[in-house]
Amino acid sequence: MASYSTNEFKGGLKIMLDGDPCAIVENEFVKPGKGQAFSRVRIRNLKTGRVVERTFKSGDSVEAADVVDTTMQYLYSDGSYWHFMHPESYEQFQADETTMGEAARWIKDQDVCTITLWNNVPLSVDPPNFVVLKILETDPGVRGDTSGGGGKPATLETGTVVRVPLFVQTGELIKVDTRTGEYVSRAKEA
Amino acid sequence: MNPAVAWEPVASLATMRARAALLQRIRAFFATAGVIEVETPACSVHAVTDPALASLRTRFVGPGHPDGLSLYLHSSPEFAMKRLLVAGSGPIYQVCRVYRNGECGRLHSPEFTLLEWYQPGFDHHRLMDEVAALICALADRPLPQRRMSYAELFQEHLDLDAHGSGVTALRARALALGVPRAEALELPGRDAWLDLLLTHCIEPQLPTGRMTFVYDYPASQAALARVRPGEPPLAERFELYLGGMELANGFHELGDAAEQEQRFHTDLAVRRARGQPAVPMDRHLLAALRTGLPDCAGVALGVDRLLMWLTGARHIDQVLAFPLERA
Repeated sequence: MASYSTNEFKGGLKIMLDGDPCAIVENEFVKPGKGQAFSRVRIRNLKTGRVVERTFKSGDSVEAADVVDTTMQYLYSDGSYWHFMHPESYEQFQADETTMGEAARWIKDQDVCTITLWNNVPLSVDPPNFVVLKILETDPGVRGDTSGGGGKPATLETGTVVRVPLFVQTGELIKVDTRTGEYVSRAKEA
Repeated sequence: MNPAVAWEPVASLATMRARAALLQRIRAFFATAGVIEVETPACSVHAVTDPALASLRTRFVGPGHPDGLSLYLHSSPEFAMKRLLVAGSGPIYQVCRVYRNGECGRLHSPEFTLLEWYQPGFDHHRLMDEVAALICALADRPLPQRRMSYAELFQEHLDLDAHGSGVTALRARALALGVPRAEALELPGRDAWLDLLLTHCIEPQLPTGRMTFVYDYPASQAALARVRPGEPPLAERFELYLGGMELANGFHELGDAAEQEQRFHTDLAVRRARGQPAVPMDRHLLAALRTGLPDCAGVALGVDRLLMWLTGARHIDQVLAFPLERA
């Protein structure tokens, strides 16, 4: 199994910690002028999302995690699993609700997602930063309102509810930032 | 033209001006104090033996050395400056770039600027007075200061006997204090555990804006300081922390040639045991010490860190024109 020494530590590096795949968030080199050097690391557990701190002696090594980010197309959901396909190998992968996390709120067929695979099994799914979705239902807005102030809830085709400006109407397409869950603008068909 | 190549300096022009002003004021301080500026070689055929320091190497090929001469970049100008003291220089200081392999991070750069000075007739306490005076002069205001022994530091902050506790007790204290992964850490000895507690648990507790002088270190951490016999024997060494940042390290200098040679041998044995490269010990220094080093104290101070503190920079790269990634 491959391993990494502390000199290879940097943000994004995937390592195994206590049996779970993790990503290094931040690595700090700590050393008294005439003393022992340490790597003080903040690490995100890729299964739970929790961030923990760990200290390594400089020169220690840790097992590498076989974690890769791949771009895949979302095909469909069968209710229990969300199915994706690799655009080049056509290999298909399925992700359960836990693995999908927030991504399930935003994606529809054909959307291209980043799937993080651990030992070739989906570990997490990141939706595109921006998605264009149709509004299924929202209250009719007040005429003449063109600002973003106030707003109203709107139910999207994925079932997710976001706040939209008053002038946006049922049946329109809108662009949403999936990282914040916020309305960005009205959109045309992609 | 490749626009992706980051050629620009990292430090702002204002920071570069602050560096220039700082260097000027350091020189003015020592001119007033009657300490003379010296220069010594950055490259030496000898290297520091301290297992905690790794030297960078280079090679000279030219007249007299057709097959090349292996040279080490100095990690501090200490050995050469002591030879000047033996030669009768009197009080001396140097501001120079020094080099340390393996060190890179928020407070570390593999090359950085060190201010080092020696005062014949001083012990480490008297030199602490002068360090405090210099820092206050450079800060343009009196700063609060606290002086505490290494034992007091650990007792007060961690309720721990720094000199009497063994590895098991130190590890248990680290675990109790929430140092993550302390149970799995394999450290090379007691001093490394003390370093862990110092960097992880004590430094963050030291009050911002205060100078904390720590003195009388365990004899096992004497480095180049003389050791005062007693129970326990204590190294006449001090460190200055500015807030929680280590800024300077000083010694009441060891002048005993035989003991110095013994420490070199001990260092080399530790390096061998840990698989670190063997390095040639400084024979010039030993010869000079046999001639007789005047009783003196010396200190090395990180100029880049001081500049960080003066300008409010969080990362050392912010005060360097071209840090490693752009060097």
